[in-house]
Amino acid sequence: MSTPQSGPGSATRTPGREPVGSRPPRSRTARDHAPITLTGLAGKVLLLGLTAGIAVWAAFPLIDGGKWAGLALLAATTAGLFYLYLTRRHIPAKYLVPGTLFLIAFQVFPVLYTASTAFTNFGDGHRGSKDDAIVAIQTSSVTQVPGSAEYALSIATKGDPASAPLVFLVTDPTTGTVSAGDTGGLRQLDAADVTVAAGGKVTAAEGYTVLNFGQASARSKEITDLVVPTAGGALRSSGLSRAYEGKAVRAYEAGCDCVRDTGTGQTWTADEEVGAFVAADGERLAQGWKVNVGLSNFTRVLTDENISGPFLSTLIWNFAFAIASTGGTFLLGMMIALVLHSPRMRGTNLYRVLLVLPYAMPSFAMLLAWRDMFNADFGLINNLFGLDVDWFGQPWTARLAVILVQLWLGYPYMFLVATGALQAIPRELTEATSVDGASPWQSFRAVTLPLLLIALSPLLISSFAYNFNNFNAIYLTTEGAPFPADNPTNGATDLLITYTYRLAFGGQGAEFGFAAAISLFIFAIVAVVSTVSFRRTRKQEEVYS
Amino acid sequence: MTTLTGAARTGDTAGRPPAANRNATGRRRNRWFAQVGWRHLVAVLGVLFSLFPIVFVLSAALNPLGTLSTTELVPTGGVSLGNFGELFERTAFERWFVNSLLIAGVASFASVFLSALAAYAFSRMRFRGRRVGLLSLLLIQMFPQFLAIVAIYLIFGTITDLWPSIGFNTPWGLLLLYMGGALGVNTWLMKGFFDTLPRELDESATMDGASHAQVFFRIMLPLVAPILAVTGLLAFIGTINEFLMANVFLTSSDSKTLAVGMYGMLQGNERNNNFGIFAAGTLLTAIPTVLVFQLLQRYIVSGLTAGAVKG
Repeated sequence: MSTPQSGPGSATRTPGREPVGSRPPRSRTARDHAPITLTGLAGKVLLLGLTAGIAVWAAFPLIDGGKWAGLALLAATTAGLFYLYLTRRHIPAKYLVPGTLFLIAFQVFPVLYTASTAFTNFGDGHRGSKDDAIVAIQTSSVTQVPGSAEYALSIATKGDPASAPLVFLVTDPTTGTVSAGDTGGLRQLDAADVTVAAGGKVTAAEGYTVLNFGQASARSKEITDLVVPTAGGALRSSGLSRAYEGKAVRAYEAGCDCVRDTGTGQTWTADEEVGAFVAADGERLAQGWKVNVGLSNFTRVLTDENISGPFLSTLIWNFAFAIASTGGTFLLGMMIALVLHSPRMRGTNLYRVLLVLPYAMPSFAMLLAWRDMFNADFGLINNLFGLDVDWFGQPWTARLAVILVQLWLGYPYMFLVATGALQAIPRELTEATSVDGASPWQSFRAVTLPLLLIALSPLLISSFAYNFNNFNAIYLTTEGAPFPADNPTNGATDLLITYTYRLAFGGQGAEFGFAAAISLFIFAIVAVVSTVSFRRTRKQEEVYS
Repeated sequence: MTTLTGAARTGDTAGRPPAANRNATGRRRNRWFAQVGWRHLVAVLGVLFSLFPIVFVLSAALNPLGTLSTTELVPTGGVSLGNFGELFERTAFERWFVNSLLIAGVASFASVFLSALAAYAFSRMRFRGRRVGLLSLLLIQMFPQFLAIVAIYLIFGTITDLWPSIGFNTPWGLLLLYMGGALGVNTWLMKGFFDTLPRELDESATMDGASHAQVFFRIMLPLVAPILAVTGLLAFIGTINEFLMANVFLTSSDSKTLAVGMYGMLQGNERNNNFGIFAAGTLLTAIPTVLVFQLLQRYIVSGLTAGAVKG
């Protein structure tokens, strides 16, 4: 692309002969380029063309939505990519940028977002802005006024009938027009797209799945709670096949920054500290808004007695679980690797294939299978050994059970890596010890084990970090059970991660802000433990060089 | 099992007085046991421990009644393939299977490729921010992606509004999400492996006029095949088994992966009755992984540890 220039001193140094060291070598100047190959050029053109195509495709919705900041970011990223791959410089960046882009978008950004959430009261009742809260308060106070219109109602969704967001399909009794309504408001549908039965009920609509009676009654609570804002008030359901339009009895007044009930005259004043409307007697309205609460999520963990006690016991069990899983799998895997590591063993290959089968089985499915094997009434474990143990009903048996399952799932991996590490240890070393009269045990303690630990310590540390947050291991087996009678959020086998998940997505009302704070705690713990152990084991050179 | 041939090397055999034949065979058998036999015993015990849950799942899958309460370790009530037929009739299993294979295959391939690119740069080039980059990678991957699931959910809510084709309920959205974790631990493992390759290789190639891209694609990649195979396998297994994020992402039956779909089979009061078809599904799910395992068998043992050891 650029013409080679020969400058003075162009032959003073052969490329690729710079001393290797921490000093960055001179980037290639234009005079000692490798020739441009056809394949390289074709690949470059193809990939950059693809990038441009994706960027154009992604730009249209942004323009339609008027999201100029997003558009600017997209344009800058694309331009940056073009510059990077058309220039001759910044070679390391050429290799690092593709992965880093994904890393920033889908890992770093969510993590930072989580960290910022930890300082708010974000969660159920505190999801949106103050305006959202006011709309929610007004629409939820809708009551039927005498003489208001009644509509024929069908319940529909755009996705899975059991879980996707609900939509009301309502037919106006006077005009016969059909509209679709959700929390965003009401939209009229084209008459050609809908099928209306006698009596006005919609039986089918283009793009929607109409729920049958059984599916609808299974979600009746959601149907009752759904309020569709309209111009004069809001639509609500009465039963599964009628809807009415009503008027809001509570309204926000900007003058006093409060919500007034037109029926009773009671007022709730906005409190920016807690993000809710509070009455004089301290009663709060359920619909609040998101505010910054500073460090209170963090201090709650340490000072609130209802949280700190169970939290501490969960933390201790979490450590015990991670250490027992990692240590147990390592010991068992190493033992079997040592047993097979003998020149006089026959059939080691067959043993190996059979031993690592658990590792090749899908672990999520095997965890669920293990859950049923520990079933107290007709589980395999009780049948096989003639026991009558309620495994998941008592704290200690449940803990033993999940560790046993982890042992089964994890030891083949440790067996594989220990086998590999053993093969890397020269036989001369162990032979030399036996010549010197050491017993096999002594030679193992003095030679084999230290060498194994040096080779495997990074894997052990990452295995510890993985097990510390092993969500599947608990969620797919015990789901944290058994729970103490007085505390439905901390089970005996709960890890911090499953506890966090329950806080954020559990049935008790989502507490995203608090869950995010605990996520940061988990992160800090794992980071500290790993850093310390890396520091202690990394006496090896070249790691951070 | 073959009996021992050849004398042992340890001291107690030297200077053994000649004894009666019967004694000698007895002793030889004892010695065989002391040196090799007990190893077979332990290995067999290990194999039994490994296999018994798998055998249980196998007999549940072949159990004609197809319930948990009637399944034993060894099928006694006859054998039938009815559960497999029922699995395809009653669930969208084939769709889940295709989704899982697509997501896991593409995600593992792409993440291996991205990590290899990054590992090459970290191992072979010296640039500003290299150390910081390596350390931050280590730190970032200690924060598991799913800890940020709330944030991810909100972010993808926006993405779904703008570009429905890469949003919720699509394999592409989940793929993008998995790619976010691609650089994590794999890069370190691969960098360790790249470090073991002699620098003279790329230097001489550069002397002969190869560009950095040619060095990477034609010289480095073939040489690091073992570690590529291992990281690919680990990524594949990890993606197939990822449940939490997939469960939040995929709600419609057609877009589910195996983990999400099969979890749904064992929900609520159907748990006992569906155990047979669930077990059948488990066995079918294991097929791709076992195949990948067999294909990469020769690299796995050496590759797993090589990255961790500075050879």
